[in-house]
Amino acid sequence: MNYFFNKNGPLISTYLIISIGFWLIFLIIIPQLYMFDLSFRPNIPTLLRGGPDDVYTLVHYKHFLFGSETSGERYNYVDVRVFLDTILTAILITLINLCFCYPIAFYIAKVASAKTARLLIVSLIIPFWINELLRSFALRILFAGEGFINNVLIKMGVIDTGINFIAMDVALYTGLNYAYILLMIFPLYNAIETLDKNQLEAAEDLGSSMIRTHLRIVIPHAKAGIASGCTMVFMLTAGALATPVVLSSPNTFWFTQLIYQWFNMNDNWPRGAAYSVVLLTVSVVFVLLMMKIFKVKIGEIVR
Amino acid sequence: MSADVELQKVSVSFGNFYAAKNVSVKIEKGEFFSFLGPSGCGKTTLLRAISGFAEPSDGKILIGGQDMAGIGPNKRPTSLIFQNLALFPLMSVADNIAFSLEVRGTGKVQRRNRADELLELVALSGQGNKKVHELSGGQKQRVAIARALAIEPAVLLLDEPLSALDLKLRQKMRTELREIQKRVGITFIYITHDQGEALTMSDRIAVMNEGELEQVGSGHNVYEAPHTPFVASFVGENNAFYGTVISTNGDMVRVSSQGKDFLAKAGDLKDGKKHTFQKRDKVIMFVRPESIFLKDQINQADNIFSAIFKTIEFEGNLKNIYLSIDGVQDVRCSISNAVETATLSTSESIELKFSSRDAVVLPVGPLAVD
Ligand SMILES: Nc1ncnc2c1ncn2[C@@H]1O[C@H](COP(=O)(O)OP(=O)(O)OP(=O)(O)O)[C@@H](O)[C@H]1O
Ligand SMILES: [Mg+2]
Repeated sequence: MNYFFNKNGPLISTYLIISIGFWLIFLIIIPQLYMFDLSFRPNIPTLLRGGPDDVYTLVHYKHFLFGSETSGERYNYVDVRVFLDTILTAILITLINLCFCYPIAFYIAKVASAKTARLLIVSLIIPFWINELLRSFALRILFAGEGFINNVLIKMGVIDTGINFIAMDVALYTGLNYAYILLMIFPLYNAIETLDKNQLEAAEDLGSSMIRTHLRIVIPHAKAGIASGCTMVFMLTAGALATPVVLSSPNTFWFTQLIYQWFNMNDNWPRGAAYSVVLLTVSVVFVLLMMKIFKVKIGEIVR
Repeated sequence: MSADVELQKVSVSFGNFYAAKNVSVKIEKGEFFSFLGPSGCGKTTLLRAISGFAEPSDGKILIGGQDMAGIGPNKRPTSLIFQNLALFPLMSVADNIAFSLEVRGTGKVQRRNRADELLELVALSGQGNKKVHELSGGQKQRVAIARALAIEPAVLLLDEPLSALDLKLRQKMRTELREIQKRVGITFIYITHDQGEALTMSDRIAVMNEGELEQVGSGHNVYEAPHTPFVASFVGENNAFYGTVISTNGDMVRVSSQGKDFLAKAGDLKDGKKHTFQKRDKVIMFVRPESIFLKDQINQADNIFSAIFKTIEFEGNLKNIYLSIDGVQDVRCSISNAVETATLSTSESIELKFSSRDAVVLPVGPLAVD
């Protein structure tokens, strides 16, 4: 602490502590604690808050697992399925993302000339100046029944009638994949970039094939970057809202859409809060598990 | 299994720039061959061409008589030791050494045995389980050698592998490298800008300058019979006397330099013949500092001249005396530490001697810059 003050001077130190403290306490800790607390309270009108009915309860969590008492089902199949679908799809999308981004990151970091690398990075970034909602709509235009891709395919005579990409969720998966590629590419790029090029040549000189060089040299070196990219993409994909709203087929639900419904349409904030807590908990557990499996520490991930 | 390496008019270019120009040399089976040259002269480039990482823009590379054109680095019978070693930091020492076996699908036990064998060869027995970063510089060096030897390459290529080590260790590793080479009996092609390294280890040395071979020969040959002023000034220390030819008599040349007459022998040409000179040719006469003696040190010498004493430098086993002729021509003379020099005083004129057999006359040409 003393060191911190000496290094930055009293003015800047105080500013840093206050601003970071504000950010942590007011924007992260308090809202999350409030949500956490709210998720254990009954959904009662504001007037009755703090009254005798306002007691801690697990109804919302029970509802998530077992559904409303009036329904005859043993479990809340609908919500749990949406939840599992969301998590599994997010995992799948993270993996596809990794496979898609790894070669790009490797190419930029180790193969391309400095000029080409800059050009590629810029052309990766520029589309993300447009906001997520608009990008999703752009994809919708591309994939729609009368959309660009169908029109081209029909003109070329590949197909007779338009393919319903939206109903098949092709549009959704493409959109979700594309939405967070930068968060995959940059950690990968940063990690691979630090690999000494001689290591690659040494491996090749010793007779290693390209695939083996990647498996034994590049990937172990880039492990922290891979974990970091996967963590971020998974978290953000599982928690995405705009892309699913715009691109999912009418009968596909993303878990965030359920949460959104509880908060906004059904005006049941405590239940929405409980659903958020479930998503957050499972996501965090998943990430910790990944880190355990890949033996990376949290410090390495944020590097 | 060792193999010879033949370069036939090899050039390597980067755009318009030729990093290696028209290099032709035949390196014999089992030879310890060094490329010696200043930084940036194209040594690494040439080695990369031999190992397959750079494609020659012209010429042919033959290894064991086989043309290497279009054969990738992982398919050549060569192993390269990189300037920075490029050990794999995330693998154990044994895994590093056995990597080339691993990629060929050799079983675990066999790999381990081979690694142990090689660790013994490089005097690192029992260190196989260590991580690379737990080793000292010299040990890393040896691991790199062991790794390169694991698949028994026909040719080992070494790119200044000792440059990162401190002086003592470097000298020790020189001897060790030479011993390892004798033990495994394969061709070593060694790159260095350190002439001491090249002279102590090599069977033959190729002196390079700006992408071209200046001279190929044994250490004795390049040191004692340089073909060009570059070789004379780059390999070892040398005094260069600029002058003009007065007369010639067979292989002996009389040169006038700084208003004095000297007798020296004509330098060698590539084909073993001597340079021939005409009267008034501009030449450089090279005399090694250790071939110049103080007057009373020896009796017989056919060149005697005097110079002004400037300073003396103590270098442990020998002393360097710096002198000057008329303030224009610097002369350096190295004498054994045993010789008494306490009586010398600054600005004193001293008589020096050297034998015409130790002086080489070459046509004027570029010198190596320090
Ligand atoms: N990839 C490249 N592109 C362009 N020029 C290059 C490239 N590699 C080397 N060169 C140039 O070729 C010349 C020879 O380089 P090289 O690395 O072979 O020198 P070197 O003799 O090994 O030097 P050092 O002793 O410093 O390692 C240098 O002038 C260098 O700038
Ligand atoms: Mg080099």
